[in-house]
Amino acid sequence: MITEREFLERTQLDRATLSIWIEEEWLIPDRTAHQLAFTDMDLARANLIHDLKDKMGVNDEGLGVILHLLDQMHALRRALADTLKSAREQQSSEGR
Amino acid sequence: MRDPYEILGVAKTATADEIRTAYRKLAKKLHPDLNPGDKRAEEQFKEVAAANDLLSDPDKRRRFDAGEIDASGAEKAPPNARYYRDYAGESGHPYEGHGAYGDFAQGDDMFAELLRRAAEQARRRPGADLHYELQVEFLDAVNGATRTITLPGGGTLQVTIPAGVEDGQILRLRGKGAPSPGEGGPGDALVQIVVRPHRFFTRDGDNILLDLPVTVKEAALGAEVRAPTTTGSVMLKVPKRSNTGDMLRLRGKGVKKRDGAGDELVKLKVMMPTEAEPELETFLAGWTPASNYDPRQEM
Repeated sequence: MITEREFLERTQLDRATLSIWIEEEWLIPDRTAHQLAFTDMDLARANLIHDLKDKMGVNDEGLGVILHLLDQMHALRRALADTLKSAREQQSSEGR
Repeated sequence: MRDPYEILGVAKTATADEIRTAYRKLAKKLHPDLNPGDKRAEEQFKEVAAANDLLSDPDKRRRFDAGEIDASGAEKAPPNARYYRDYAGESGHPYEGHGAYGDFAQGDDMFAELLRRAAEQARRRPGADLHYELQVEFLDAVNGATRTITLPGGGTLQVTIPAGVEDGQILRLRGKGAPSPGEGGPGDALVQIVVRPHRFFTRDGDNILLDLPVTVKEAALGAEVRAPTTTGSVMLKVPKRSNTGDMLRLRGKGVKKRDGAGDELVKLKVMMPTEAEPELETFLAGWTPASNYDPRQEM
């Protein structure tokens, strides 16, 4: 669990930018009663957003599209991995 | 370490703009998060990033061209040790997107079933755990108590503090956390206990420590004195000829736990009277001790 202050420090974001990223749902931190709580995954995602914006020159409009497609791709990769795993298990039990 | 110009595919005479364009082109192609299944992409991306670090800094580029530093000498550790792709493969995170295969999950074969199960699991994800801090009086921590936390949203949370709870301990209240984003159960509330210090008790494991002041007369002649415990006062027998630092044990008067209780350890502190005592002074002036006791003998 990473606090908002630590998160801002480690991503070198300012608070206003962070609240825009959250509003855009580029980042979805947990909301505890008193504050926002971030995970290592949120940190990695913030670094990705930095890379896309600063290193690759992706603009804000494009960024939302990229993140959305990336997340769908990851869901697909996982579904494919699960499917392949089951298919392989079935194959090896039939082979016996 | 390869030649950074070669890595970026630019001439040694390339302008800063040409270098930036070449780097962006490669970064878009090789960024590990845009190539989640390609292990080599990460290595190549790091190489490209290092080459760019070197060549995009005019000073470093000049020193490299002059042969003052080699390509690896300028290499920095990559800023992010783990990429987003290392997390995104897991299920049950808020960024999961299931729309991509919704149409494939329609059939009645085994694959459609698997896809439905994955989506179902995400829907049933429980809510987040909420973290709270609760300040507890020393005696409440020792004896147990019930306290109510008022939540910023206006609700309240009833917390039963078990007897003997320790500073920093975290109580988990099942189902009192945030509601699920889907149809799962709520998360848990995690309450961290902060024990306030007491005016005269301190704690060492299951034992309670107390410094108890006694008068010179009580220490010299012995006495029954009132000693506070965490559950009320008891009469404590101070033996004749007690001294500062002597430890008396009140068995079972420490922290009570399910498997027994600790003790209260009372350390005596002999106090001289604060007001003038002419009789005592007169007596001491004419007093010849029976032994030649020297408290500083060992020094």
